[in-house]
Amino acid sequence: MYYQPDIETMPVEQLRELQLDRMKRSIAHAYENIPLYRERFAEAGVVPSDLKSLDDLVKFPFLTKQDMRDCYPYGLFAVPSSDVARIHASSGTTGQATVVGHSANDLKNWGDCFARGIYMVGGSRGSVIQVSYGYGLFTGGLGAHAGGEAVGCAVIPTSSGNTKRQIQMMKDLGTDILACTPSYALLIADTAIEMGYDPAKDFKVSGVILGAEPASENMRQEIREKLGVQYCDVYGLSEVMGPGVAMECAESHGLHLAEDHFYAEIVDPETLQPVPDGTYGELVFTTLTRECCPLVRYRTRDVTRIIPEECACGRTHRKIDRIVGRTDDMMIIRGVNVFPSQIEQVITGFPEIATQYQIVLTSNGPLDRIELQVEPVADFPFDEIRKLEDLKARLHAELKSNLQISVDIRIVEPKTIERSEGKAKRIIDMRN
Amino acid sequence: MISQLTVFLQNEKGRLAAACRTIADAGINMHSLFIADTQDFGVVRMLVDQPKKAAEALRAAGYRATITPVTAVRIPNQPGGLAKLLEYMDSQNVNVEYGYCFLAGEEFAIDVLKTDEDIELESKLAEAGFQTVAPEEIYKLD
Ligand SMILES: [Zn+2]
Repeated sequence: MYYQPDIETMPVEQLRELQLDRMKRSIAHAYENIPLYRERFAEAGVVPSDLKSLDDLVKFPFLTKQDMRDCYPYGLFAVPSSDVARIHASSGTTGQATVVGHSANDLKNWGDCFARGIYMVGGSRGSVIQVSYGYGLFTGGLGAHAGGEAVGCAVIPTSSGNTKRQIQMMKDLGTDILACTPSYALLIADTAIEMGYDPAKDFKVSGVILGAEPASENMRQEIREKLGVQYCDVYGLSEVMGPGVAMECAESHGLHLAEDHFYAEIVDPETLQPVPDGTYGELVFTTLTRECCPLVRYRTRDVTRIIPEECACGRTHRKIDRIVGRTDDMMIIRGVNVFPSQIEQVITGFPEIATQYQIVLTSNGPLDRIELQVEPVADFPFDEIRKLEDLKARLHAELKSNLQISVDIRIVEPKTIERSEGKAKRIIDMRN
Repeated sequence: MISQLTVFLQNEKGRLAAACRTIADAGINMHSLFIADTQDFGVVRMLVDQPKKAAEALRAAGYRATITPVTAVRIPNQPGGLAKLLEYMDSQNVNVEYGYCFLAGEEFAIDVLKTDEDIELESKLAEAGFQTVAPEEIYKLD
């Protein structure tokens, strides 16, 4: 079942034609209405009419997060305020916030993109979807909400927080689909279990649509088992739209991009040259239909790859792998590139350790020191110090062989690591 | 066998005091306490009244606490008392994980041992002439 069958299963050649046609119009729209693009194109010596094929896109300059900050507040808006329907903003944790505007059509397209994912987890008109993403300037809540409304679902806008009440509503209202962050889904599952439920059996929920933060395969499996659900990974970022830019079908092997609305490239973050399909690199987007804030070659800083295969689900839109890290979240420790997801992958291979963890970076003179804090599971035989020391040693060795760096392991008491009701704070960088 | 209360604690200021306070607030009396510590964590082993109730109170307060079965033997308070007991363990190929002793009056010490052989050890010890200690001799049962 597809939400928009003719678009989602469109023959590839026809899809590329549609993309080229829309890209020409979108780049012209950006160029005509946004001074920054005119300047940048002039510096690069290109004009919109130089785009004759999709391959010509590489001639055009990139746009970065810093450009978006510099254009705050309205510098990248291509329509007058009378045509702006909503404004979202991304958290300015590292400086100036960025704002992104949406026209009425942009919002409609957004709802359609997310709605495809609802169908991927078996939802349809009449399904009950609980949106436990935060509502507000963050795009998670309202994006999932729009998807639910586009499908014709009964939408429960619980937002995040107040976990026990969430669980009560989930049970009483017969929620079919839960949309939130992976760490929050796990908190919901664990809390429900602590409350004495077996959510996999006692609750009707059959699908989850989770995104906005990384989750390892083991964490995903834990959520699938504890809640008894199909897992749909949703990708999106507020600069490009919000959740729904790419969504994972029931094949559970990659996320279908909404290629009728976005054109994706993968480039080497150092050289900025496109890499072949299958190779990891930085994800770059050119929007094809956005009216308010069209983007040309926006560098997401997210690291992933194109999965070059035809999907058994019948959708023809290309798939990206799950995000393995961010180019700017990438930790450089003693000269080695480390993604938090690599550490998580190792941890989840140890059943003696709970999935929550925290990484603390400090400097020890000229050397970086990385400490990993983990909690033993409830039934760990901690009376025997030997077993705790042995666990530390095995974890240390496994991390060393995977990351090529030495990680100090610290075993901490349960619940020391803060459970998140939103994005998990996994890394604490205290280096100077 | 004796029920020992084991608590996992991070090496952090005030953590041991807080755990002891939790036990005290549950109205439970403590008879002995031993700490095995490493660089980043400690394992605290205690003999307390109503050990199950104490473990529950600690778990409810967010601690990792468990009951560990251990063997307690009364040894005359004189040179070689403990050596004799450990030599016997050796001769029976019983592996001692850890142990600790405390005085019970002037004449006797109580040696507590965690071994890899739990059930039959007590009767073997009694046969060999050692005086094993029953739980109610040390603490109030649950
Ligand atoms: Zn598919």
